[in-house]
Amino acid sequence: MTEDRKLGFVISGALTKGIDVRLDGDISVEDLAVGRYVTIEGQKRRFFGMVTDVTLDASDQRMMSAPPDVSDPFIADVINGTSTFGRVHVLPMLTIGDDAVSLVEGPQPVKTVPSHFSVVREASEKDIGSVFGSVAEGQFYIGTPLDMEIKVRLDPHKLVERSAGVFGKTGTGKTFLARLLLIGILQERAAVNLVFDMHNDYGWSPMTEGKLEVKGLKQLFGSKVAIFALDAESARRRKVSPDYEVKIGYDEIEPDDIALLKETLGLTDLAVGVPYKLARYFKGRKWLEGFLAVEGIEALNELANSIGENEATVAAFHRRLSVLKRMPFLVSEAKSSAIDSILGYLERGIHVVLDFGRYGDNIAAYILVANLLTRRIHSTYRERTERAVAEGSAKPLPLVITIEEAHKFLSHELAGQTIFGTIAREMRKYNVTLLVIDQRPSGIDEEVMSQLGTKITCLLDNERDVENVLMGVSGKGELKSVLAKLDSKQQALIFGYAVPMPMVVKTRDYGTAQSYKELGFREALGRKKDSDKDLKDLFAE
Amino acid sequence: MGSKIGEVIKSSTESFMAECYELHIPPSFGSLVRTREGNIDIYAVVSGASTASIEAGRRPIARGRGDVNEEDIYLSNPQLEKLMRTEFTAMVVGHGDSGKFSQYMPPRPARIHSFVYACEPDEIAMFNQSLAYLSVLVDVPERSNELIAATLRNAAVSYSEPREFLVRAGKELALMIAGDTNRLNIILKKVKA
Repeated sequence: MTEDRKLGFVISGALTKGIDVRLDGDISVEDLAVGRYVTIEGQKRRFFGMVTDVTLDASDQRMMSAPPDVSDPFIADVINGTSTFGRVHVLPMLTIGDDAVSLVEGPQPVKTVPSHFSVVREASEKDIGSVFGSVAEGQFYIGTPLDMEIKVRLDPHKLVERSAGVFGKTGTGKTFLARLLLIGILQERAAVNLVFDMHNDYGWSPMTEGKLEVKGLKQLFGSKVAIFALDAESARRRKVSPDYEVKIGYDEIEPDDIALLKETLGLTDLAVGVPYKLARYFKGRKWLEGFLAVEGIEALNELANSIGENEATVAAFHRRLSVLKRMPFLVSEAKSSAIDSILGYLERGIHVVLDFGRYGDNIAAYILVANLLTRRIHSTYRERTERAVAEGSAKPLPLVITIEEAHKFLSHELAGQTIFGTIAREMRKYNVTLLVIDQRPSGIDEEVMSQLGTKITCLLDNERDVENVLMGVSGKGELKSVLAKLDSKQQALIFGYAVPMPMVVKTRDYGTAQSYKELGFREALGRKKDSDKDLKDLFAE
Repeated sequence: MGSKIGEVIKSSTESFMAECYELHIPPSFGSLVRTREGNIDIYAVVSGASTASIEAGRRPIARGRGDVNEEDIYLSNPQLEKLMRTEFTAMVVGHGDSGKFSQYMPPRPARIHSFVYACEPDEIAMFNQSLAYLSVLVDVPERSNELIAATLRNAAVSYSEPREFLVRAGKELALMIAGDTNRLNIILKKVKA
């Protein structure tokens, strides 16, 4: 493909609705896909936009009812591009100036439209570089634009400044994408990651849907990543050697934590009030252990009476909570605090992947643990940040917490209660942001959704999911058509804080030897060579 | 320079009529001819030709009952050549001044008795670099479709890649009559034939 190919010219448009471009005769509509980038040469400035729709048109509407004899190649040649022509709809996003000031300030949001008959061209590599930032050697890039071989950058530093979301229906590559983002953050040291790894997708040898084994973060980055296992047995079975086995004391669970499990455990509204009363009754932190230790209906009734609660409610609550007994990582008192160790690792800049093992399928366990750990970690971060601000010392390393099945934490009912709702809303005040991964974004609270800085979405086809993801974005209608037409694999629409304009990318490969190499992974042999070289340098041999 | 084929006998800004020097040999329908007014070359497309008696009231009569060949009639009646004449009309489509072509009406019509020349292929190709003149032919009230098709067919012969020229011209035409696909279709079929 030649660079800067002329595609056509502007025939109509509106800033809010986008611009219609009539294609030149030699440009086939079939060569233009939604999501492609184009530049428009206005009289005073250049515009940068994205193709959001492709239409066939004819100068004479009668042609539809009495079509010309196109079986004759001569007639077909003449008609093509004159009487019949292609039209594309372009959403202008940015203006690029060529003068010195614009070069310094970079692309600006578009505030007007190009004049009639402005020439539209395919965006060149240089334009794309100036819009998305060129990718220097060794810098992280997310993928390539559609049908182009240019690397586009997603700046991990910007990504972690606000919470971000990765969406897409099952099997569209959310996990691959999230893994890439984590790697980007890791590679460029933009933040430390804490990943609540529900399905063992991130730490060690995750399996793809096609049952292929790919490399996990630990394998790629070695000592920079620590695996915490909730289920050490399962980890060992999978030949993962966890850096730490997580045990959580009953005393660490607070009534608030139980309130979050309302939906998962099927608790009634009344039952949700019970733990607070229990906490008063058992005088503090031992309430859960004390309550679970109560056995027999009479003892329960007695307890109900003494806390002034309905007997049946307490009995039902007891029954429901007994699932906690089947979670071996919950112990009466943890020998060492998982939270402290996680914080210790994070402080040293080591990324933590919490491997749920078998409990990944147990949504109650996932919510309980993720919420509990995050709450403590967040409050520690908060303290540290506040202290740092007061003392003028260095703030703690930014922290990105990755959660899957986010709608279970951030639903409309729960967003106000969980720590994740707070983090999403507080944004980066305390240097903690979320990376939310979900296949059902319509289940996520609108307020939280609107606070997500960067959204990365693979194919979504549920109308409500699409609505919720695109809420509040300008050019929503146009982006909708782009989103609906994404390939079901390896394509994503990225928009929001970290990118200057919405972009459609073919995400880079993950899983091949070449991709690992590009991601900075070196086989043992390579590492040995390097260390030998370091030794040589050190001793000047 | 092109061969001299006739002389202007009636002239107006948009067209002229010329009498051919050779009876029965008018330039082809749709071919490009040139005449001159002062310094200006006037280009026109032949839009029709006719042969008739010199005197309007006297019509020719059939003479060949006994002859085997048509040519024999003329051989045995040499006066016939003098009693009849061939005329053609041409639509003015542009003019040229020292090698520069303008595809719009010349400031003045050709003078009576100006010589008319058939254009050479090179000149035709040069003139056809722009096809804006087709708009004049589009507006001709009679036989316009035929005329356009014939003009393009004639011009195409001057090109080494006639099809390329025809597609270019067709596209130009498609834009000129964008609202009338049916007509475009008819013309294109005639162009190709």
